Amino acid sequence: MSSSLTYAYYPGCSGLGTSIEYDQSTRAICAALGIELVDIPDWSCCGSTPAHTVDHTLSAALSARNIAQAEELDVQGIITPCPSCLTNLKTASHRMEDPEFKEKVNKLLDKPAENRLPIMSVLQVISEKVGPEGVAKKVVSSLEGLRVAPYYGCIMNRPPDVMDFDDCENPVAMDELMAALGADVAPFPLKVECCGASFGVARKDIVAKLSGKLLDAAEDVEAHAMVTACPLCQMNLDLRQDQINSANGSTHDMPVFYYTQLIGKALGLDAKSLQMDKLCVPPAKAFRKMEEARRANAS
Amino acid sequence: MNIVSLSNSYDADFVSAVEKESKQNVSLCYQCGNCTAGCPYTHFYDIPVSQVMRLVQAGQRETALSCKSIWLCATCESCTTRCPNEIDVARVMDVLRHMARRAGYAPEPKVKTFTDSFLSSVEKHGRVFEMGLMATYMSKTGRFLTDADLGPKILPKGKLSFKPHPIVGKEQVANIFKRYNEERNS
Repeated sequence: MSSSLTYAYYPGCSGLGTSIEYDQSTRAICAALGIELVDIPDWSCCGSTPAHTVDHTLSAALSARNIAQAEELDVQGIITPCPSCLTNLKTASHRMEDPEFKEKVNKLLDKPAENRLPIMSVLQVISEKVGPEGVAKKVVSSLEGLRVAPYYGCIMNRPPDVMDFDDCENPVAMDELMAALGADVAPFPLKVECCGASFGVARKDIVAKLSGKLLDAAEDVEAHAMVTACPLCQMNLDLRQDQINSANGSTHDMPVFYYTQLIGKALGLDAKSLQMDKLCVPPAKAFRKMEEARRANAS
Repeated sequence: MNIVSLSNSYDADFVSAVEKESKQNVSLCYQCGNCTAGCPYTHFYDIPVSQVMRLVQAGQRETALSCKSIWLCATCESCTTRCPNEIDVARVMDVLRHMARRAGYAPEPKVKTFTDSFLSSVEKHGRVFEMGLMATYMSKTGRFLTDADLGPKILPKGKLSFKPHPIVGKEQVANIFKRYNEERNS
């Protein structure tokens, strides 16, 4: 067996494009925290939401090809940063516990999946295997003064019997990690409310309303920034923030970090691996407010 | 308000097909409304999710399959998580959309086009090619200015590739679609 924290890593398609900073910062902090990532050889798309809205066997097969690819590796499980990939991989694996369904899925594949590896989010592994205390020990540059609103998105923890991680209504994993970095964690009431998901393209009005509500709430709890764990949530809140402002007549200027970027910053990792410059709403404003809060606390 | 004549329009085969495909017992729904109360999409739905469940119980195939709601459900899992009778409501919504597709309903054509464009990108390249997906979507819908305002924000960041990331096993992925289509048509 490989070393204690070695996982098959599934980056997800957006990790090569719109969420490249999530992928890069995930790799950087995992290396710093002693989690070894082995990329799933020749991984393919899990089908995301489109596949499961068309057919459940097709959707499970697209995930199962990746499960089968990961089974070639000497690893403890499969991990992914993306909640959409996670939910597809986990749902496929969960449903394949039914032998009849597993056979239907495997019939669509060149190489059948045994379905023996546990599947987790990167957040779950950091939270449970390293823990907030383990992360706190490595902090070299505290985030004291930075007030963050942790936003988990809808599917990281739901439905609970499939996702089997944290609390399905009030998850705290990211809150605890942010607190371990020294950040001031705002009580964010819409932690698991949907941001409008992939309707940004076909029904912009939906994203404007639902993500708009999230930005309003983050403003209400006086957060300097939001922190997310989902590429789609991040894209809706950050890249589409101006669209949301024009649709709702709001003036939000809210930086939206990936939690991995903030962990990386507190661990003193270099700017190149954290890629803060890829965020659309410039994060500098949040760090300025952090400094101001520190000065106010000190005086 | 739509009035439903149950005795004339109850479709028992529809009820059992939904139950079989979703592996859920829809008769357990006692219309508490918890799913609708937590559904972030109710504002955009033509029929709230609890009423969709009622239509399924009442065997109202036509009304259930032609509604917009099943195309606007984002599978956020609020309904499933909060159902007091442990019905996987989101799975029922998914199954209704599968059936609606097979029956040729698409009351939210742009949503369907986005889904189709996404999957054809996966079928072709093995992974989603984000730029290509948008190009396909725009040419199919004729909405050439979709997200044009985002270009200046995202392009200078170098996050979007102009070329797909083809994988060695892209034939294996194409085979998944091929076998799925053969199975469906057999």
